[in-house]
Amino acid sequence: MKPAPFKYYAPHSVSEVLELLNEHGYDAKILAGGQSLVPMMNFRLVQPAVVVDINSIPELAYIDTFNEGVRIGAMTRHSQAEKDPLIKEKSPLIHETMPQIATVQIRNRGTIGGSLAHADASAELVVVSTALEAQFKIQNQKGERLVPASEFFLGLLMTSLEPEDLLVEIQIPSMPDRSGWSLKEVARRPHDFALVGVAAVLTLDDKDHCTKARLVYLSAGDGPISAPEAAEMLIGEQITADLITAAAEKASADEIDPGSDIHATSEFRRHLANVLTRRALEEALERARGGK
Amino acid sequence: MTYKVIGKRVKRVEDPRLLTGGALFVGDVNLPNMLHAAFVRSDYAHARIKSVDVSAAKEIPGVVGVYTAEDMGDAWEPGPPLVSPPPTLEGVTFNSCRQVPLVKDKVKHAGEIIAVVVAESRYIAEDAVEEVYVDYEPLPVVTDLEKCLEPGHTLVHDELDTNLAAHLIQNKGDYEAAKKQADLVIKRKFNLDRGAAAAMENRGIVVDWDQKNQHLMVWDATQSPIPIRNGMAARLGLRTHQVRVVAPFVGGGFGPKIMMFYAEEMVLPWLTMKLNRPVKWIEDRKENFYATTQERQQVQEVEMALSKEGRILGIKQKIIHDTGAFDPYGLTTPLNTQSHSMGGYDVQNYNSECFVVFTNKIIVTPVRGAGRPQGIYVVERMLDIACRELKLDSREVRRLNFIKPDQFPYDHEIIDQAFTNLVFDSGNYQPAYDKALEKIEYDKFIKEEQPRMRAEGKYVGIGVVPFVETTGVGPYEGARVAVESSGKISAATGVGTQGQSHMTSFAQIIAEQLGVEVEDVSLVSGDTAEIHWGTGTFASRGAVVAGNAVLAAASDVRLKVLKLASKILETPEEELELEGGMVRVADLPDRSISLGELAILANPFRGAVEPGTEPGLESTKYFGPAYGATAFGVHGMILEVDPETMMIKIHKYITVEDCGTMLNPLVVEGQIHGGVSMGIGNSYYEKLHYDENGQLLNASLADYLIPSSAEMPPIEVYHQNTPAPNNKLGTKGVGEAGAIPVPAAFAQALENALQDYGLEITETPLSPNRLYELLYKQEE
Amino acid sequence: MDNTFELSVTVNGTSYHEVVDPRTLLSDFLRNDLGLTGTHVGCEHGVCGACTVLLNGAPVRSCLIFAPQVHNQEVMTVEGLGTVDDMHPLQEAFREAHALQCGFCTPGFLTTLLPWLEENPNPTEEEIREAISGNLCRCTGYQHIIDAVKLAAEKMN
Repeated sequence: MKPAPFKYYAPHSVSEVLELLNEHGYDAKILAGGQSLVPMMNFRLVQPAVVVDINSIPELAYIDTFNEGVRIGAMTRHSQAEKDPLIKEKSPLIHETMPQIATVQIRNRGTIGGSLAHADASAELVVVSTALEAQFKIQNQKGERLVPASEFFLGLLMTSLEPEDLLVEIQIPSMPDRSGWSLKEVARRPHDFALVGVAAVLTLDDKDHCTKARLVYLSAGDGPISAPEAAEMLIGEQITADLITAAAEKASADEIDPGSDIHATSEFRRHLANVLTRRALEEALERARGGK
Repeated sequence: MTYKVIGKRVKRVEDPRLLTGGALFVGDVNLPNMLHAAFVRSDYAHARIKSVDVSAAKEIPGVVGVYTAEDMGDAWEPGPPLVSPPPTLEGVTFNSCRQVPLVKDKVKHAGEIIAVVVAESRYIAEDAVEEVYVDYEPLPVVTDLEKCLEPGHTLVHDELDTNLAAHLIQNKGDYEAAKKQADLVIKRKFNLDRGAAAAMENRGIVVDWDQKNQHLMVWDATQSPIPIRNGMAARLGLRTHQVRVVAPFVGGGFGPKIMMFYAEEMVLPWLTMKLNRPVKWIEDRKENFYATTQERQQVQEVEMALSKEGRILGIKQKIIHDTGAFDPYGLTTPLNTQSHSMGGYDVQNYNSECFVVFTNKIIVTPVRGAGRPQGIYVVERMLDIACRELKLDSREVRRLNFIKPDQFPYDHEIIDQAFTNLVFDSGNYQPAYDKALEKIEYDKFIKEEQPRMRAEGKYVGIGVVPFVETTGVGPYEGARVAVESSGKISAATGVGTQGQSHMTSFAQIIAEQLGVEVEDVSLVSGDTAEIHWGTGTFASRGAVVAGNAVLAAASDVRLKVLKLASKILETPEEELELEGGMVRVADLPDRSISLGELAILANPFRGAVEPGTEPGLESTKYFGPAYGATAFGVHGMILEVDPETMMIKIHKYITVEDCGTMLNPLVVEGQIHGGVSMGIGNSYYEKLHYDENGQLLNASLADYLIPSSAEMPPIEVYHQNTPAPNNKLGTKGVGEAGAIPVPAAFAQALENALQDYGLEITETPLSPNRLYELLYKQEE
Repeated sequence: MDNTFELSVTVNGTSYHEVVDPRTLLSDFLRNDLGLTGTHVGCEHGVCGACTVLLNGAPVRSCLIFAPQVHNQEVMTVEGLGTVDDMHPLQEAFREAHALQCGFCTPGFLTTLLPWLEENPNPTEEEIREAISGNLCRCTGYQHIIDAVKLAAEKMN
């Protein structure tokens, strides 16, 4: 399974990249880690006329503090993020997510920015960045803009990136005190795309009432699927087992839209979403209260 | 003989080259001036070809040619029938339809080849494949095993008036009479689905026609180099000495690489002779799912009659077996199913009717287990169900029904895949079964572990399943052993190697006979220049059939060595020993001669020899058993299932294996481990999803799920040795054993774990989604 | 041919300069252009791991990298690990534990394990299972591979 022919560029600066993107528009595909793009090219599912390889721009790979959170350069490899102490400290949900992404060999090459720009609805980072209300910094020849995750993911493998755009940085805000998080997924084999998954983030006040909650699902629709109504059920309340059950019911029955494929029917996915939501909320709650 | 090598855990002689990247696989063959082939394969499972336009493809720079069936002219011919129905079986209906090199008018399965592109690189060839335009007239697709025999149904083959490939009935005793005596008659329908072998190496072939020497050189990742050589020579109008086939290191076979002649094996030789250049085709993974044979799908209706003590009085069975679009492999797989549908039990009455049907899918030929897993699955499931209904302990019921040691050889009076009566040569089932129960701590689990874990909210279950495996079938294999002037030994056999360690285990046999180190024996397998006669590696027969040929040849060489040495050393043969590459007089170690010196003396350059002597210290011998050797085993597993997520984890896996004499225990264990991993795949992970249009929906390793290390439990292997009485090594095959009982053990363990849900499993493979439906949607 | 790339790369310590079609996969470049056929191709979609090589010391899928992407970098393949007469302890351990049968997947396991064992000199069985879970094997059921890794850990320390 060999890819179709293409013209190859390996620019050494962001401005060169933007120049190329501007020139070639829809004919060009950006090659970051290649772990999603190259298989598609080998299957000839995509046949870009031009490939712009951005692996020779070291300035695009970094992990820094940003306000209380972190900012991550788009070309940061998954394996770097996995081992990074700053991420472990400031963004524990990202830290927990990283080892769940594919296999070690894929993580050595795949990039944070690449995964997000590819926007596969089964990608953990897509869902987790949405749950954490990340912001994406995008550059093109005209300038720079910041797009929140909720506006970045537009549908099946679609983002707000235009052909002339380059995603350069992801900003992950910190979570307030007394916050808890959890990522739960079910996959046939540990490294496979999940049948369904959920990222849960919540915050409690000093009276143990929930002040903030977000539930975002993977493999449950055309992109990261949020369940705001289920989350809303938790706000202002002391979270009990019954409330968790009710929220899980609500999210899985009414707010997600999973499809059917050879691995799972829509109905089974809803069932799993229900179970996982419950487990994720239990874990997030325990963490928010100061548990593990 | 005190020097023992057989049975030792000897390190493999083939490993250093494999470990350092220096072993030749077919994909590694690179010849000057070589061209690369890529195939235009049908997207449709069933369609008429209205036209094929290759003009744009031909224009691509680097493309040497694009060819269709028309271009082949008289060279176009379907593949030969490989296995005919047993002549010993009466009343068989068999419609032979064989695969073709390039499709002429009608495509019969997705992936069938319509045209071949030959280019300077595989990359360019694939570019050209995209530029070939085929005008199809899609036809309705035959995929349903039960419906396809209904009158008026679409036909796969227009020249037949049916989709029936074969019909046969095997009968032993009188089931209907037995049924009348029964206290319990149970009946179930089973759905068993296809799996792929999915070896890590895909298929491949490199052909090189030397016009000046009029010689065809072939490297083929095949399990059967000698029949390939014979068939190719015949098809091309060449003598066998004009064709040499080498099966180099092959990256896993598991059955489908014994299928011949694949379309590619028919097209490439024609191309190289036409173009006068070497041509290479390496299958890619996507093609492997469309173009390499698969196996397992059957629908079975099984009825079992039992006494209230659980004694099986009789079994009646109807099998509908899917052979795919063609049936070159005859009835091998369904006959294996029948041979194993009585398990290792003393069943006096058995009636089995089998319909083999054509469908618009890739051909079915054996995949590790080759029909045996399906037989074991249904008999074990029926017994489990019977135990529940009769409220009997499943262990007692097995005990009651096992064939007893004094009943061997046990003639089942039905015909098996080797065309002979199904005879189980030897066995001692109860101790192996007891050992399995002991090793898995069955009692402790049921009485203590399971209740304790249930109280913690965990669902764990146990499954222990005995099985038999027919192995070591004929017709024959051969081996040549020779002492070289260096004193080292060279040997050859026709069974190719796809990981079975032949180069080591056969070397062990030779080393023991000739008193040399295993490393000093160099065995070539799979090169038709080295040995002329043989059939191939299949049906767990290498160790038995080729191994015994190796033994016969090696012991004959030993006799020649002793005879000559006796003359040279002027000492009677009984007083001579073979050790360390030397022949010595016992108690007089200085009176000795090396094997190398003997070899030189045995092949004089001048002078006269005694009339009737054969030169050298060499022997070629063949071994062909009257019937096979029956291996036996028991697998046990403890698994945990999460009834909310349907995820499973296998906590413990034990096997007791009785394959008679083991040549090399390391190798036996490795074969079992590998078989178990395929069996676990067949139980919960691997399923080929075909839609109603005959399209395979999961043609990639991302979606066809073979177990990784995370899915596999640690596996304990225990041995028992009931030697095979009909071969000198006393050995039985073990290549497929690991895969055979796993789905049955898995079903038993899962039902045991989910007893509260009243789960009854009559299908395989399962999946989390399917388990969810079985648990929660039973009323539908 | 105007669409080519002049590639300089060090493989197993040797420098190579080749002109390639940019779409050439690294796996094919190593095997066909450099004749290093120890790296095997099992799927070309990044799942099986047979093609794993070390890029700047980290295991990656060579079937998912285009040859130009390793320009001016260092690659190590199984051929760089040891020779028939001088095998690396990891290779020795694989042989002793019978961790290979057909041998097709083996180079991918070796390259994956080499850096991992250096970072994890005393691994548990669970850790080993996880470490090799990105490499598929159809012959061994992984059991003997795990035994080999434990043995290699002992040999390497």
